[in-house]
Amino acid sequence: MLVDLAGGWNPLVGRLAWSQIPYDNPILAPLFVAVVLGALMLLGLITYYGKWTYLWREWLTTVDHKKLGIMYIIIGLVMLFRGFIDGLMIRTQQAWAVGSQSSGVFGALHGYLTPFHFGQIYSAHGLIMILLAATPLLVGFMNIIVPIQIGARDMAYPYLNALGLWLTAAAGALIMISLFIGDFAHNGWFGYAPIFELQYSPGVGVDYWMWTLQLVALGTTLGGINILSTIIKMRAPGMTWGRLPIFVWASLSANVIALTSFPALQVALALVAADRYLGAHFFTAGLGGNLMLYTNLFWIWGHPEVYFVILPAFGMMSEIFPTFSEKPLFGYVTMVLASIAIAGVSWLVWLHHFFTMGAGPYVNSAFSVATMLVGIPTGVKVFNWAFTMYRGRLTFNAAMLWAIGALFLLLIGGLTGMMLAIPAINYMVHNSVFVVAHFHSMLMVIVYAIFASVIYWFPKVFGFKLDEFWAKTMFWLFSAGTALVFVPMYMLGFMGMTRRLDYVFNTAWQPYLLVMELGIVVYMFSVFAFFALLYVSIRDHAKNRVGADAWGTSRSLEWITHSPVPFYNFAVVPQINARDEAAWRRENGLEHIQPDHYDDIHMPNNTGVAIILGGLSFTLGFALTWRIWWLCLLSLIAIIALVIYRSFKGDPGYILTAAELEKMEQEAIRRASRIDGGHHLRPVRGDGWAQERADLPAAGTLYGLSSPMDHHK
Amino acid sequence: MRPPASDVDPKTAELWDRHQHQHDVISTRTLGYFLYLLSDAMLFATLFAAYGVLSYQHSYFGGPTPADFVKPWYTFAQTMALFLSVLAYGFGMNALKNKNKGGVINGLLSAFILGALFLALDIHDMAHLASLGVSVATSGGVSAFVVLTQVHATHIFFGLIWILVMMAQVMTKGFTTEVVGRLLTLRMFWHLQAIIWVFVYVFVYLWGYMS
Repeated sequence: MLVDLAGGWNPLVGRLAWSQIPYDNPILAPLFVAVVLGALMLLGLITYYGKWTYLWREWLTTVDHKKLGIMYIIIGLVMLFRGFIDGLMIRTQQAWAVGSQSSGVFGALHGYLTPFHFGQIYSAHGLIMILLAATPLLVGFMNIIVPIQIGARDMAYPYLNALGLWLTAAAGALIMISLFIGDFAHNGWFGYAPIFELQYSPGVGVDYWMWTLQLVALGTTLGGINILSTIIKMRAPGMTWGRLPIFVWASLSANVIALTSFPALQVALALVAADRYLGAHFFTAGLGGNLMLYTNLFWIWGHPEVYFVILPAFGMMSEIFPTFSEKPLFGYVTMVLASIAIAGVSWLVWLHHFFTMGAGPYVNSAFSVATMLVGIPTGVKVFNWAFTMYRGRLTFNAAMLWAIGALFLLLIGGLTGMMLAIPAINYMVHNSVFVVAHFHSMLMVIVYAIFASVIYWFPKVFGFKLDEFWAKTMFWLFSAGTALVFVPMYMLGFMGMTRRLDYVFNTAWQPYLLVMELGIVVYMFSVFAFFALLYVSIRDHAKNRVGADAWGTSRSLEWITHSPVPFYNFAVVPQINARDEAAWRRENGLEHIQPDHYDDIHMPNNTGVAIILGGLSFTLGFALTWRIWWLCLLSLIAIIALVIYRSFKGDPGYILTAAELEKMEQEAIRRASRIDGGHHLRPVRGDGWAQERADLPAAGTLYGLSSPMDHHK
Repeated sequence: MRPPASDVDPKTAELWDRHQHQHDVISTRTLGYFLYLLSDAMLFATLFAAYGVLSYQHSYFGGPTPADFVKPWYTFAQTMALFLSVLAYGFGMNALKNKNKGGVINGLLSAFILGALFLALDIHDMAHLASLGVSVATSGGVSAFVVLTQVHATHIFFGLIWILVMMAQVMTKGFTTEVVGRLLTLRMFWHLQAIIWVFVYVFVYLWGYMS
């Protein structure tokens, strides 16, 4: 039943052959050498410093949600960089290959990329940015922040959490290896029927695309289940639904979307696989296939996915605006309802990605109205943020700048989205770069929110703040780049420039394209500023250490535990008394009160099973791509066997005794009191109350330490 | 700065949980598994949608349609095998309430045998169809038929492996929290597959036969 292949195949290595390695490509071959040298250098450095044991014990086998979250974010940042390089290449090709007189190098008639190579680059750019940069970055933040914000010690299923990470890593590895072995899909990031059919795309590119998506979908679904269960089951006493931080609500609504929509993607791609591997006719041009079935199935996932990535970004902004406005969030309940409404409407709008399908005026009108409905809850959110800032005591630090930048982009992206929701306009600009500029504005909202969050939560996770100067420099460079790239893109869209052009026929567009090229260069400088930010911040970390409440005006629960957060999160699980617990404690002078006794804590053990399963999944994906059947079977059996092995072995966990805990807590409190030193984080209101309470020891008396509370005695 | 809204008096508020608040392992696991089953149900819903779109006359491209090759009574035997398997599993779970190890093993074993019968009938049916020249590559409509039914069969296959694993765990480990939790989640899984099968039987086999 297996299909006939155009190229060679042998039972041992499937479709692999030496000719599949693009050693003659003038761009990829030097890159390959650089990557190999870089990897060897990294491995050499780890070996030189003897860090392998540390890496294995503390990171690769960890089930700690914060470390897993950090690794998610590292994967996301690396892939964001890769996706940026793709963007740089696309911009350069379009600035260069304009008009019939433009020169060509490296085998290209115009510019420096052949059409096939260019197609692979924009496909990889889209897939990477959405599923391997934005998604892991947001999942990483949800992983780190959600359990701390609800007063939990870990996720509901720590081992599953690790598995989700390593599946995502496997997907990242699969798409990266497609650079150097074989090629990647040239059918756009979402694929079109029937071009991805074997008949029209006989190479392995589509297979790489498909299995990468499958792995990342699986990992994200598992992560979604975990976050939902964590929010429902692991909340601290007193953390009622009405007191849940908005970021948690945003994560909840986002993961409801993930849980329900990713299966649609998995089915859509599995059916593509059935076509390509078994000769089925789901999406073929003949024999009863239906081309638009694919597009519908894909966007039934695809549009909810858009809100899956934007909702956590909204949640992040809802945490950052109140903190730096020194006010509670305006309209908590409407914010929650808006998140849930967006999650609900996300299911009703998929067809607006292809109004031109020809579904007729009634269907198009229904989807048009549904699409415009999204503007209502989103508008509610925007006004809530604006009213939060209104008459607040604003601090324009780097995190706040990024958040405000996100707000402006949301306005631009949202309003152009409203334009595109009208089918009559949509027909005019369909497949033009106007659409590309619109969704980049929206995705930039996410990028801005992510950088705001990196700055905002960095001190919570690592115990020191990032450098303000470089964070702001990066912000301004990045914003200049955004303006320079996307304003001309909107204009070109109106002029009729279609997307994905490897050759631009109209020379009148060249000035705009050159401005966009300048913009991407400015973006590159912001990337350098980011590296400088990391370097300077780590170099000066001793100066920038912070206590529990890093910003002094923080509101939600994560800010009452130590910075950096200990691996057990809370020595004693907090009892929640208010919506903004940290702000409530601070304003009532309770923030330095520590628990008076500790109990044993039950913690999960680390496990190497998750990373091995990730490795096997990568092997399975690679073997499927290259049709190495024996390896598919072997890795599948190994996966099943390992899952069964883990099921038998179980994890009894270990006990962290009260004595050990007390010792670590004393150390953390001592460290914090050295940082606080009584010069900031002083209670501003109701200082005396804690002293009146006989049942609670004041912070200073518990361990005989000096604390900012002492002078009230 | 306005203090955040709270009706708790800060003078008497508890700040730390003093009651060693414990999370219930079994209910946390079954909730998560229930969520997974939701995503599994979505997977089938998408397959049904695809089947619906590909069940027009032109989807079969002039080739055989389900009316030509499905056998409702044969498939009814499959249906009975699967339902009795779920029933047998249910008896096993009754035995679990009485901490009756032998009863649980018997229930699981019967569920396994009946489930294996279901799968054997399915494989036989598919082989028979292949011998008639009806396969996944025949036409879009038949592709949808084969993939929908065989994705369900794959679920049954993995369920059978899981039943075997659980029999081994009950025998070697007894009724630990983890084993009981897994028996419950496996019950949910097995039951969902039977529910899905109701839809497959009605919409694919009966409807296909009638149309």
